[in-house]
Amino acid sequence: MSATAKSLILHLGLLAVLFALQFVLPAYHHGNLARIMVLASYAVGYNILFGYTGLLSLGHALFFAAGMYGMGLTIQHAGFTPAPALIVGILAGAVVAAGLALLALRTTGVAFLIVTLMFAQAGYLTILYFGEYTRGDEGFVIQAFDRMLWGIDLSNPENRYFAAWGLFAVCLLICLRLVRSPFGKTLVAIRENEERVRMLGYNTFAHKLGAMVISGTISAAAGAFYGLLFGYAGASFAGVQYSIFPLLWVLLGGAGTVLGPFVGTLFMFYLIDLSSGITTAYLLIVGVALVLLTLFAPQGLTGELRRRVWGWLP
Amino acid sequence: MTLLSTRGLSKHFDGLKAVTDVDFDLEEGEVRALIGPNGAGKTTLVGMICGRIPPSSGSVQFDGADITALPAHKRILRGMAYTFQITSVFARLPAAENVALAARRRLQGDAVEAAVDDALSRVGLRDRRDEEAGNLSYGHQRLLEIAMGLVQRPRLLILDEPTQGLADSEIDAFKALIRELSAETTILLIEHNMSVVMETADRVTVLNFGEVLAEGTPQEIHENDAVQAAYLGTG
Amino acid sequence: MELGPYILLASLEGAVTAAVLALTAVGLSLVFGVMRVVNIAHGEFFMLGAVIAWFVAQTVGGHPALGFVAALVIAPLVVGVIAAAADMTILKRIDYDPERTIVATIGLLYIIQQLTLMTYGPEARPVEAPFNQRLALPWFEWGEEGFEFYFPWGLSTTTYKLAVIGAAGVVLVGVWLMMARTRIGLLMRATQADRDMALAFGIPVERVYALVFGIGAALAALAAVLIVPIQQAHYLMGADPLLLSFIVVIIGGLGSLPGTVVAAIFIGLSDGIISVFFSPTLAKILATLLVGLVLVFRPQGLFGTRSS
Repeated sequence: MSATAKSLILHLGLLAVLFALQFVLPAYHHGNLARIMVLASYAVGYNILFGYTGLLSLGHALFFAAGMYGMGLTIQHAGFTPAPALIVGILAGAVVAAGLALLALRTTGVAFLIVTLMFAQAGYLTILYFGEYTRGDEGFVIQAFDRMLWGIDLSNPENRYFAAWGLFAVCLLICLRLVRSPFGKTLVAIRENEERVRMLGYNTFAHKLGAMVISGTISAAAGAFYGLLFGYAGASFAGVQYSIFPLLWVLLGGAGTVLGPFVGTLFMFYLIDLSSGITTAYLLIVGVALVLLTLFAPQGLTGELRRRVWGWLP
Repeated sequence: MTLLSTRGLSKHFDGLKAVTDVDFDLEEGEVRALIGPNGAGKTTLVGMICGRIPPSSGSVQFDGADITALPAHKRILRGMAYTFQITSVFARLPAAENVALAARRRLQGDAVEAAVDDALSRVGLRDRRDEEAGNLSYGHQRLLEIAMGLVQRPRLLILDEPTQGLADSEIDAFKALIRELSAETTILLIEHNMSVVMETADRVTVLNFGEVLAEGTPQEIHENDAVQAAYLGTG
Repeated sequence: MELGPYILLASLEGAVTAAVLALTAVGLSLVFGVMRVVNIAHGEFFMLGAVIAWFVAQTVGGHPALGFVAALVIAPLVVGVIAAAADMTILKRIDYDPERTIVATIGLLYIIQQLTLMTYGPEARPVEAPFNQRLALPWFEWGEEGFEFYFPWGLSTTTYKLAVIGAAGVVLVGVWLMMARTRIGLLMRATQADRDMALAFGIPVERVYALVFGIGAALAALAAVLIVPIQQAHYLMGADPLLLSFIVVIIGGLGSLPGTVVAAIFIGLSDGIISVFFSPTLAKILATLLVGLVLVFRPQGLFGTRSS
């Protein structure tokens, strides 16, 4: 069997299993998995920039929040229905990502990371500054009657699970398609050696810009869906922690692998969930995980799997 | 027809003159060697030609158009190919993917695979296509660089010290490859190995202290006293 | 209070901020300059300094000055040792790779912060200043009867705040002397200039790195001990110094110590004065945007000169 066929079977298989799980999971895990799939979509978006293009951003919360607030504010203050509000959110993410990319891509390495961090921080503070509309840290609830998408009530757990699954499936397949495309392969080459790619006649700036816009748009879609499905938008989703989380999930699951973001999000979610019985300081687990991963498994779980067993994993 | 020419091309780094006022003409179909002692400005000159280094002054013409203001990737698209002096393959990607990246600039779909296999065959790496480039021997990595250059079907192939660090047997194969390629493309070769220069180049340009010291056939250069003094004597 | 005296007061408060900020930022800058890594956990070393100062002051008891002096010695030492240990167990193993170091120090940030929360708790606790006399300040004016001066209500500072400014100045001169005049400073500068060359000359680069990382953290801790009688110790207090130090180090030109000090004074003073006119949130928005834009358009810093 060819590598392409194997990977297609694996990824479609995962989606099928996730689809089937909604009928068997108890309510608690059912709810968790819906949340994990939306967050994993965010991680898939992050992975395109970090894992495949090799650009470490600490500002993705800006894109996540752009989606969430683009959606939430238009519902709350402009009386939009969910479908156009989602589109506004996703477009807001694309525009913000393009704007930040035009500035931040003038820098490289550590400077890129700090520039993304600073602009995301400015975005977070801006949400606080306009507290009159955004309700700042406290956030605002999107009422159930505002969450009817084409007659489907998204506050209902079954529908919510299905919507989360749909979002994740689209993001995963986009990523799978992307990394097999010439564009995606060029991104990987930029990660490995940008100057060489430039001297092969590629406009590397345009490629990185494209990667950042795709990454930001997927992140914004995740943010918009998160707000809509769980009925809440708050400034904490724009804070630096929500930029660090996707980095952590991707590192844990395996940067530069299609499955990694989901694996990492799933593991981290349940690690924190299980440990919350022992301690309230769940961020300690986050910290320890970050240090241990950097030290011992920079490839992450899926990366190690690819290195040791399944060389064909995309 | 003149494929490439520079006029008054200069590069100064903080007052240090790396290249001064170079007028350089390259005829289509020629194999030209660029030689000179270490630090003579060879790599800087070639860097300005292919757009890696912005010149302090002067102009570059390629194929009848002024390309001085073009960024590197656009010059490459016009038909230049550049292979790096320090081996610069994508170490963690398979050899075939290295060449495919170069091929995809002009080809799509199945044509890429065919071109990749063809280029790898020509440098003798066909049976190593799936190996990670970083695992290839040094000599094979140099050959892979050349395959990445020639798969682009360039009008001008710039090779920066391609034989550096190669064994004698590999150098002989390289000479044969250059003679074969010279039928289909123009080649600019920065080279230290005089036997390669003498046996492959149509003409030789000698650079010394950033200026053109002499230019002529390999035989003329070999007999030139100034070159002997500046370069061959110390070589 | 009128605007004139108000601005004088804001500048005095700003000078205290600037003094503490200069120490913290020089610590960050030293680490970046010599080791070429960014330490995201720097703010937590600051916080740790304040918290340890509280523990020491509690343990020593007696006259406030005793506890404070003990804290001034113990807190930077303990924090320095912790940082050096982190350097040797974590950063050294990842070979000081710039990006992995950032991820690892983010992890370190959470570990230090959450362990402090679990042991020290969520309360903010004060440390008493060793001395704290109030000093009323005069204000001069050309009135109807010519030149006169008076003491506006509210225009005052304390001996302790002036002492903080003085102490920071002394420490900064000390750091400069260490870098410029001592053998260890020479080793640091050699390592900064060219790590491989330093290794070739037999400089124990790894030990220099551990030392620099320790000294950088100790400077942050020292700054925190100085500020804790004014500000109280809290487990989340590291965020602001980290952000401000970042701003200072980037505006001052990455890794340049004189640039860092100038930028700290500039930011510290303007922070005090800007907050007279703008809301603190808006001031922070402008500051973070400024840092981002400086990095994009003037990566050598506002005060630095471009070097290749």
